[in-house]
Amino acid sequence: MSAGPYLSLTAWWQAHGLPLWIADAIWMVVMAAIITVFVMTTVLVLVWLERKISGDIQSRVGPNRVGGRFGLLQTAADALKLLMKEDIIPTGADKIVFILAPFVVFVPTLLVFMVMPFSDKWIVKDLNLGVLFVVAVSAFPVVGLIMAGWSSNNKYAIMGALRAAAQTLSYEIPLLMAMVCVVVAAGSLRIGDIVDAQRGGHWFILRFPLQLAFLIYFITAMAEVNRVPFDLPEAESELVAGYHAEYSGMRFAFFFLAEFAHLFFVSAFCATLFLGAWDGPVLPPVAWFFIKSYAIVIAIMWVRWTLPRLRIDQVMSFAWKLLVPLGLAAVMLTALVRMQGRW
Amino acid sequence: MTQALTPTETMVLNMGPQHPSTHGVLRLQLTLDGEVVIDCKPVIGYLHRGIEKIGEARTYSQILPYTDRLDYLSSASNNLAYVQAVERLMGVEVPERAKYLRVILLELNRIASHLMFVATFANDLAATTVFLYALREREPIMDIFEMWTGARLTQSAMRVGGLGWDIPDGFVEKAREYCTFLPPRLDEYDRLLSGNRIFRVRTEGIGILPPEEAIDCGCSGPTLRGSGVQYDLRRDEPYEVYDQLDFDVITATTCDCMGRYTVRMEEMRQSLRIVEQCLDRLPEGEVIAKVPRAIRPPAGEAYGRVESPRGDFGCWVVSDGGPQPARVRFRTPSFYNLAALPRMVRGWKIGDVVAILGSIDIVLGEVDR
Repeated sequence: MSAGPYLSLTAWWQAHGLPLWIADAIWMVVMAAIITVFVMTTVLVLVWLERKISGDIQSRVGPNRVGGRFGLLQTAADALKLLMKEDIIPTGADKIVFILAPFVVFVPTLLVFMVMPFSDKWIVKDLNLGVLFVVAVSAFPVVGLIMAGWSSNNKYAIMGALRAAAQTLSYEIPLLMAMVCVVVAAGSLRIGDIVDAQRGGHWFILRFPLQLAFLIYFITAMAEVNRVPFDLPEAESELVAGYHAEYSGMRFAFFFLAEFAHLFFVSAFCATLFLGAWDGPVLPPVAWFFIKSYAIVIAIMWVRWTLPRLRIDQVMSFAWKLLVPLGLAAVMLTALVRMQGRW
Repeated sequence: MTQALTPTETMVLNMGPQHPSTHGVLRLQLTLDGEVVIDCKPVIGYLHRGIEKIGEARTYSQILPYTDRLDYLSSASNNLAYVQAVERLMGVEVPERAKYLRVILLELNRIASHLMFVATFANDLAATTVFLYALREREPIMDIFEMWTGARLTQSAMRVGGLGWDIPDGFVEKAREYCTFLPPRLDEYDRLLSGNRIFRVRTEGIGILPPEEAIDCGCSGPTLRGSGVQYDLRRDEPYEVYDQLDFDVITATTCDCMGRYTVRMEEMRQSLRIVEQCLDRLPEGEVIAKVPRAIRPPAGEAYGRVESPRGDFGCWVVSDGGPQPARVRFRTPSFYNLAALPRMVRGWKIGDVVAILGSIDIVLGEVDR
């Protein structure tokens, strides 16, 4: 997926005297298709995994009928059910915004996978400003959440949307600081460079002040994907379903897809920033990448099924009074250690 | 510093009657300023079945199964309040064995009900795992009830003059086994939930109900004891054999959600103590007194009171000497406890409304009758 095949394709294309932009367009479509299929499959796996893990934690069995002993096809069956459901748009809804919202939420969660280093050679586009791109794009879905909440014309939905906006924006700041620590340590915003800096087992999580950054990233990541203890925007017992209260069928499925895709993304990105992405012995790089990503995914799920939920003002004060100062401290500490020329 | 002068509007939010956290068909009319609750008006009546009126058209023994459907999480106490009233009207003396068995049934019901409280309360605070754990621990009690009465929830085991059935073989062992099974599980909840930092910030100091207000509202049961008032009918107005049993009346002085939660957690342990004592002392003999087949109490009125898991449960029966009562009236604790809700939630946030409502542990079947 990296430069190699792309260059040979363009070279062959130009040798036949065809314009370059067509080759680019084909390349983009193919990559987009691969990423989309990959994300969809991952979500299917994650939903199944979440059910199995929650089942284990809660001393239940979890899905066990559809698709053999382990209920492997349960999510596929659920997806099929959602597809066949009636498409309901509430009478009082703002139709256009209501229809657009799920896509505004879903598309950015696909886009961020563009800079994901699945392996030493597999990265769709290793941008110069990879980290910045991630931050910019992953901040976008909250616009969709507000659109969904507002257009639903439902009080629970609008409250969920406002909570989502407040929470996501607040947690973006410490998240950013945690990333800045990594950027300072690696000396580059390019994902490829960040991974290279950790090669050969010198993962950032093993270097002194970056453990703090890892902790901040892990906590804020949970808030970013709206999971317990930070699942305020959809808080089932308070706001019924929050911003997607009025959505059903496939439109709901898009929110659901986006949520799990984002969950995988923050975990995989955590692995990239702190655990050396695909770096590891014996096994092929892709395997290492997935082992690390899934380890983080499972940790986040574990937390979700253990803890109760915080209240909205507690969530906010936790971010502003604890995580932001801690993040600043982490950045300063990392910079100091870097200036000392350690590592 | 200047005060922000942006005009704000309050919003009325109807929480329920279809809402995951109103524990049934309750509607809370919340007036909100952003997330803050300014006013709360509980709207009830969605589950009104007219059980009191139905009582006037049924014979004395036919009414009994209807009482099961009041507080469906602890049907034994409803049964007993009604049966007590009729027994007082007729002047029936209940055999000793039946008294002990009634207490066992009541206390097991209390444990089952409090476990359900822990489950739903945890679920309201999104600790879904505790919900499933508590229901899992409730299951053996349901099995014990099923073994004894044939029903898991609506047992209708009480009769005027005693009990419908004696306990089956193997019951005592099963009940004893449960008494050793539950305490470690309760300790587990303490480790998983009660000591959890997030759970504590969500419950400590939230939904304060001062003792005077609790008394003014007519609260009873753990809701009242959670406000530090020592009031328990089992001790203050003992019925059956409670005066011979050794147990503590649990109170909490914090008056908050945490207080009400700890009272119930501790009451489960006390209930186990009571069950063990009853099993030790269980006398032999009949389980039902000699009562005529057709119950026709002499004209008059009587009141039966029981400390149900939710509080002071009363039943007033008026007889005109006929086969059907002239009037049946139930004093259901949840109704009064719910009346204290608006006082508790004012000034708190939406998330707290759910926690506070969960902490008073209402059963809508009882509120609406």
